[in-house]
Amino acid sequence: MKELLVGKLTWESLPHQWWTIAGTLSFVLLGVAVAVVLTYTKRWKWLWNDWLTSVDPKKIGIMYFIAGFGMLLRGGLDVLMMWLQQALSSGNSHGFLTAEHYQEIFTAHGNIMVFFVAMAFIFGLINYIVPLQIGARDLASPLMNTLGFWLFIGGIVMVNMFFVFGGEYAATGWLAVAPLSGKEFSPGAGVDYWVWSLMISGVGTTLGAINFIMTILKMRAPGMKLLKMPLFTWGSLCSMMMAVTVFPLLTATLFLVYFDRALGTHFFTTTGGGDPMMYTNLIWMWGHPEVYVLILPAFGVFSEVVSTFSRKPIASYKSAVVGMIGVSVLALSVWLHHFFTMGAGANVNAFFGLMTTIIAVPTSVLVFNWIATMYKGKIRFETPMLWFLGFVAIFAIGGISGVMLAIPPVDFQLHNSLFLVAHFHSTVIGGVLFGVFCAYSYWFPKFTGFRLNERIGRAAFWFWIAGFCLSFIPMYILGLMGASRRLDHYDASTGWQPLFILMFIGGLVIAVGVALQVAQILASFIEKKRLLDTTNGDPWNGRTLEWSTQSPPAFYNFTVIPHVSSVDAFWSMKKHGLKKPVYEDIHMPKNTAVGIYISLFATFASFAFVWDIVWLIVASIIAIIVTFVIRGFNEDSEYTLPAQKIQQLEEARAHKNSAHHTAINNDPHHDMSTWELVAYLYKFAIDFVKNKKWRRI
Amino acid sequence: MAKKNKNWLRLRWVLVLFLTFLASLSLLLFYLVQGKNIALLHPRGYIAHQQYSLMLFVVAILLIIGIPALVTLYIVAWRYRESNPKTVMSEHKASKSLVATIWIVPTFFMIVISVVMWPATHKLAPQKSIASENKPLTIQVISLRWKWLFLYPEQGIATVNFIQLPINTPVEFEMTADEVPMSSFWIPNLGGQLYTMTSHVNRLNLMANTIGDYPGSTPEINGAGFTGMKFTARVSSDADFNQWVKKTSQSQNILDQNSYKELLKPSEANPVVLYSDFDGTLYDSVIMKYAGSAEGHSGH
Repeated sequence: MKELLVGKLTWESLPHQWWTIAGTLSFVLLGVAVAVVLTYTKRWKWLWNDWLTSVDPKKIGIMYFIAGFGMLLRGGLDVLMMWLQQALSSGNSHGFLTAEHYQEIFTAHGNIMVFFVAMAFIFGLINYIVPLQIGARDLASPLMNTLGFWLFIGGIVMVNMFFVFGGEYAATGWLAVAPLSGKEFSPGAGVDYWVWSLMISGVGTTLGAINFIMTILKMRAPGMKLLKMPLFTWGSLCSMMMAVTVFPLLTATLFLVYFDRALGTHFFTTTGGGDPMMYTNLIWMWGHPEVYVLILPAFGVFSEVVSTFSRKPIASYKSAVVGMIGVSVLALSVWLHHFFTMGAGANVNAFFGLMTTIIAVPTSVLVFNWIATMYKGKIRFETPMLWFLGFVAIFAIGGISGVMLAIPPVDFQLHNSLFLVAHFHSTVIGGVLFGVFCAYSYWFPKFTGFRLNERIGRAAFWFWIAGFCLSFIPMYILGLMGASRRLDHYDASTGWQPLFILMFIGGLVIAVGVALQVAQILASFIEKKRLLDTTNGDPWNGRTLEWSTQSPPAFYNFTVIPHVSSVDAFWSMKKHGLKKPVYEDIHMPKNTAVGIYISLFATFASFAFVWDIVWLIVASIIAIIVTFVIRGFNEDSEYTLPAQKIQQLEEARAHKNSAHHTAINNDPHHDMSTWELVAYLYKFAIDFVKNKKWRRI
Repeated sequence: MAKKNKNWLRLRWVLVLFLTFLASLSLLLFYLVQGKNIALLHPRGYIAHQQYSLMLFVVAILLIIGIPALVTLYIVAWRYRESNPKTVMSEHKASKSLVATIWIVPTFFMIVISVVMWPATHKLAPQKSIASENKPLTIQVISLRWKWLFLYPEQGIATVNFIQLPINTPVEFEMTADEVPMSSFWIPNLGGQLYTMTSHVNRLNLMANTIGDYPGSTPEINGAGFTGMKFTARVSSDADFNQWVKKTSQSQNILDQNSYKELLKPSEANPVVLYSDFDGTLYDSVIMKYAGSAEGHSGH
């Protein structure tokens, strides 16, 4: 009877270890804090109507960013715990974590950073920027977009659910290698959480990718031929094409893992004719393209930033496009380089080594193209450009170590070592994360209408770079010393401890960098009146269409859909003079909560799959189908915004903006410093308590 | 304008500070690793040596393209900065020859690397036996949860978490696994790693050329006890090796079905065990155990 009701859940599944109690408590406290603030400020309705149910890709983009940043802190905490363990656990000392707990932490770290941080940032950017860049008011399917976003949130819920129910996450490494992830070697619920977390967020990614491909292919402004698209849009298109190709493969593989674990099939088991090597192949056929799904939009960002900040068109637009397409095609044929050491013959290894070496060509072309773009330009060094210059150095190190790993005989030595870990962190932090930081400092004025605090931004950059060197240069050396990855303990005689301690210190320095990024946003909001963008939405003298809109753009993006005649569409418009708009009626999609409902049921279903609660599985799936059907009969999903109303809105905005256009000191030298921010916050807190402001909330 | 120059002055100081930081970090690291076993840069075997030289070659080629590219990038960025009075803006587009160059240069270097990589991959294929005047030694390896079992079929002895190898003698490791997830066999001082898997035999050929004790491990995660799954590879002279074999064959321990069953039970950080004899059918039966289950299963 109990099993019918709650499946495999028992009293022991509830939090009882220090970390599950701490985790559950912090979720509860966070929830209570948010609820209190929302209730006191009477913003529940605002949250639901203006944000959660919104189908506006700009708002969804910002929600992706917020979720991604939260997960960055969560994954970052994991790193600090891991590195502290490694710094302590030498010789007779065994650190403060058990082996299993340590393994769960690095598994969660990998999953969170790739799926819920990097992917979140990339999807957030694409959501916000791509429609603006191609001159669209909306996405091809707004519903699919909110559904994709909420499934992604469901994935986040599932990856953290083990804190509350079960108390263990997968201890298998981020890809849950078979047969280790099978029931025989990992009997607990941890791997099931892994499966279902990636399952629902993976479906969300597939939906999002289909949607963006349709949007980019079908909804571009008139005149914008494919070869007139901005490079960020090109990077996003290549990335989404790859995502559509490989994410269904992930979903299918996850189903097979689930069948093995729950139904006793033998796809990847050691016994019963299963083939773990098949799993290794399948997961990397998805896993390798996945990293390029992340990096291609970042390449697009850098192309935009270098061109804008050098005040020149990209040196060779076609090379950049061909380079990105080349990377995305080649990326599908290199997966075996992740396991040269599994024992394939020399011909197979050499072929995949060759393909991997070839992929370095289009990547190098992109870098050379940026150099050529800066050549004879007039370069400004605001923070976006700093992130770019930092990216190139770190990415070069990552690229060099990457080609080393692509040579099979060399890989036999470097594989699974900390050298490998340092390599992919160089590419993912240097490439993807710095790309995202570059992008957000570049587009922040577009998101908010005021620019970021430049001073604290620079400080954050230098802390990130210094912390990166302090952590990852020792990590490369540890790899050369024969330290394999994922060690929770090592002999004192190895002499590795000082290097691990350096890594931990580097982690703290990076943490300061992250704290400064938070401080930067805070300081920018505090000073937002002074930092106001007085350039009518074009603070960098931009080249692409997103800069032609107001900041932040109206919810319909463009009052009039622009006609495009060249690659740098806005640049040539500015040259030839802007036309006075003629207003027309606009059709916009209505907000909908369907995405939230479906994702909620999908999360219930996932939870029920993890714990074998049959009634809940059935009920949730029926609920999903019913929601779809009801939505299918709902023909009232759009509305028309009359031209007159748009004119009113635009005039009101213009009026509001002109009021701000006077006497604003926009000089970065007057930006608040970190110390001034601390002093301000201190004063604010004192004032808050003394004057009993809290009573008035 | 004056303010912008001042800004540049500040950036210069930050750069100087950062470069000083990098230099002192390098010095510190250099000091910290001195006298330590940097396994990949201190090869002690025939294969490790060749992998090491190949790695150096690849790094050299990559640095030949990478360093000038980076230096050019930073010089261009500096030279064409806005505050440089010499900077004149031009809507310059890349010439055809420049575009050709940015494609040809990396292509050329990658061809050089590929041309070296292809034959090297064949030459250093792990399954390829090493030519030598000395008679090769075969060691059968079974990875267990979480320890290494080594069988010396010609010598009739077996060991756990320890191997002794005669110097300058080719050694062929025939590797499989039993009741353990995929593991990897790696002695970094002697050469690269290879996975061990149930129902498969992977062959890894190595040859040591310096006497000494070298650490071995599984860098592939295979469960809770993975960190402690370590062994020592002792390289000795022929005479010492023979003496060790003789001594080992006088051990009290015998690896029969019962003691193997004990070994199959999961254990962490296992001590070294030496066996004077082992069941000759053991290795084949471990492989057949999984092959059989596949056929057995299809009959269900």
